[in-house]
Amino acid sequence: MKTLRDVRIGESARVVKVHGQGNIRRRVMDMGITKNVEIFVRKVAPLGDPIEVNLRGYELSLRKDDAEIIEVS
Amino acid sequence: MSITIAVAGNPNSGKTTLFNALTGSNQYVGNWPGVTVEKKEGILIGHPKVVLVDLPGIYSLSTSSLEEELARDYLLESNPDAIINIVDGTNLERNLYLTTQLAELGIPMVLAVNMMDEVEKSGAKIDGAALGNAFGVPVVEISALRETQIDELARIATLAAQKKGHFLPLHRFSGGVEHALGHIEEVALHQQPEHKQRWYAVKLFERNELVEAELSLSAELKAHIEQDIRQCELEYDDDSDSIIAAERYDFIEEVLEKVTVRKKAGEMSPSDRIDRIVTNRCLALPIFAVVMFVVYYVSVNTVGAGMTEWTNDKLFGQILLPAISGALADWGVAGWLQGLLVDGILAGVGSVLSFLPQMVVLFLFLGLLEFSGYMARVAFIMDRMFRKFGLSGKSFIPMLIGSGCSVPAIMAARTIENEHDRRMTVITTSFIPCGAKLPVIAMIAGAFFGGKGWVAFGAYFLGIAAVVISGIILKKTPLFQGEAAPFVMELPAYRWPSLKNIFVTTWDRVSSFVKKASTIILLAAIVIWFVTYFGWVDGDFQMLASGQIDQSIVAAIGNAIAWIFKPLGWGEWRPVVAALSGLVAKETVVSSFGIFYGFGEVAEGGQEIWSSLRAAFSPLSATSFLIFVLLSAPCIATISSIRREMNSAAWTSFAIGYMTSIGYSVALMVYQLGTWLQSGAFSAWTGIALALLGLMLWLLFRPSPKAVGSLKQANAGVRG
Repeated sequence: MKTLRDVRIGESARVVKVHGQGNIRRRVMDMGITKNVEIFVRKVAPLGDPIEVNLRGYELSLRKDDAEIIEVS
Repeated sequence: MSITIAVAGNPNSGKTTLFNALTGSNQYVGNWPGVTVEKKEGILIGHPKVVLVDLPGIYSLSTSSLEEELARDYLLESNPDAIINIVDGTNLERNLYLTTQLAELGIPMVLAVNMMDEVEKSGAKIDGAALGNAFGVPVVEISALRETQIDELARIATLAAQKKGHFLPLHRFSGGVEHALGHIEEVALHQQPEHKQRWYAVKLFERNELVEAELSLSAELKAHIEQDIRQCELEYDDDSDSIIAAERYDFIEEVLEKVTVRKKAGEMSPSDRIDRIVTNRCLALPIFAVVMFVVYYVSVNTVGAGMTEWTNDKLFGQILLPAISGALADWGVAGWLQGLLVDGILAGVGSVLSFLPQMVVLFLFLGLLEFSGYMARVAFIMDRMFRKFGLSGKSFIPMLIGSGCSVPAIMAARTIENEHDRRMTVITTSFIPCGAKLPVIAMIAGAFFGGKGWVAFGAYFLGIAAVVISGIILKKTPLFQGEAAPFVMELPAYRWPSLKNIFVTTWDRVSSFVKKASTIILLAAIVIWFVTYFGWVDGDFQMLASGQIDQSIVAAIGNAIAWIFKPLGWGEWRPVVAALSGLVAKETVVSSFGIFYGFGEVAEGGQEIWSSLRAAFSPLSATSFLIFVLLSAPCIATISSIRREMNSAAWTSFAIGYMTSIGYSVALMVYQLGTWLQSGAFSAWTGIALALLGLMLWLLFRPSPKAVGSLKQANAGVRG
């Protein structure tokens, strides 16, 4: 399963499904990471984590561990 | 008849600016009951009977954070007459997600599309009327910053609220979902008021346990509803909660398609260009260091310290105190009353006020960092370093300021969104040696270690180690358990901050500190004054002359509890009372020793008393004393700001108790294990010290109960 964590910096991916449970899954979807949305991975923080992505016209940062619950194609 | 209007919107949508523009200075800042989240209320300008309630900035009503829970509970339980929903016109897609949820609450709503000036500048267009039609609500296009159309918004919102009516949401989900929702309404919700049915139906469809419990549905009914949900999930090949989230966004996309002309995609905005440099992989840390240095240097070192010194020494020391003492003496006021007013109250109030200049400067900076959008980048840059200790990346700023003074540092913790992180920061910040602890460090270093720099270095290292260790230990305790709030954070576009906003926020924060903290400090100052200046001379209870502190109540207390500090190597009343006097302000520890050893006034490092100290302490017991003073309960001003920020007596006592037990345990371990290593004599206390060390290591390295749980959860989620 390819997840958002595997997407390289400067590349885009389309969301297939949000896995996980509880608050993190809820929050990820509330922030607009839903089925079929296109996410562009912009950069990684200077210490190697978290990452910054662009979707729905705004910038979002999330940790790599949390990016693993987002299945992309 | 009074009217209540709630102001709701995403963080960074300009909600604070709008609230300030709508209410002017008629604001009351408090806390939501029982939590550390700020609550603001105000009177709408030009409408004296309209109360505005500023809800916390939220992205959704789904209660995945404390702020969402507060906002949701307020909207559902307090039944405001209307909602002003402010949305960022430059970022409508995500902002309108909350709008779709708010609309389902059945409360009349006005949509305020903010930052219209920026929208126009970027070349985009929004058809406000069409947007309003899509949601069935009035739309006002505003700029909160430039205060355009604010009066119009106030007028329309008041009008909507005066109707005291209900609102039925217009937006619809796709056929299969609507079918399920309709069925749920029919079987489970027909006894609920019509305007609330949709909200409940959606929540039941999402399998929200809170709502299931609230409605106390029978097991039979639940199973029936579950069937509807399952069928719909099969049809859409997705989970019910993601179907709802996705369909909300689909609806918004569809609406925006019709009502907006977007700017060309792929073009970089000025904000993107700034961010390319500011959070660049190589440049981010140097830029961060420079920004932090400037904040620290100006607020702690130059302006802050200079003005604090001026308030302390000049304003209070040379102008107010002599003038007031003189006046009191002239009027023939009784000696004890003079003492209470001058040494007790004035000195106590002075200790609060002397922090104010530093605090004002710091809060101006914090406002600048927050409103410009840089604060979110601080969290982005520092997250990796801090999250292991249960802290937020934003904890960096309180820790840094804490090396100057813990009082403004603890208040700076308010910029941290997550309540766990905020509490952890408040508890651990005063481990960092503040400016007032430096004289104590200098005294011990000078008297026992030849004034070597490594003592001070060791003190900072100890402070940082205490923060890190406490973070790891506390994170695993039940107090900080429960599901961690996720770190999924918006990085808002950089903006020029509005000066008015920064000033209003600074004023709110500083004045609320003065109000709350001064009462505690006043009371404490009076108590401390009383126990220091009163005592028994030859069996008579009386007010003491200066230099008689060894006969005071505090000395009696010190004597009574000196045995507690025996295992730390300094179980005699003088060091015990000196350590206690550190509650007033940490530098008082030095002057207390001065008085005890008969020197009266001493220099900052206490050079005069070094030889007396060397007679009373061994280097080892002096180290243990220093450790205790550095780590245990902070001064009373800090305690009162902890009280202010925690908004809970229980959490404050926990914080103070925790610090004191850490200070005591570490001092005990150092003294006892040191004695053992030096002399080879193993006593019962050595055993206790080893046991304490073992306990601490266990607390530090035991697996976190939470980590195990959430891993299982995550795996289950992936399999499902």
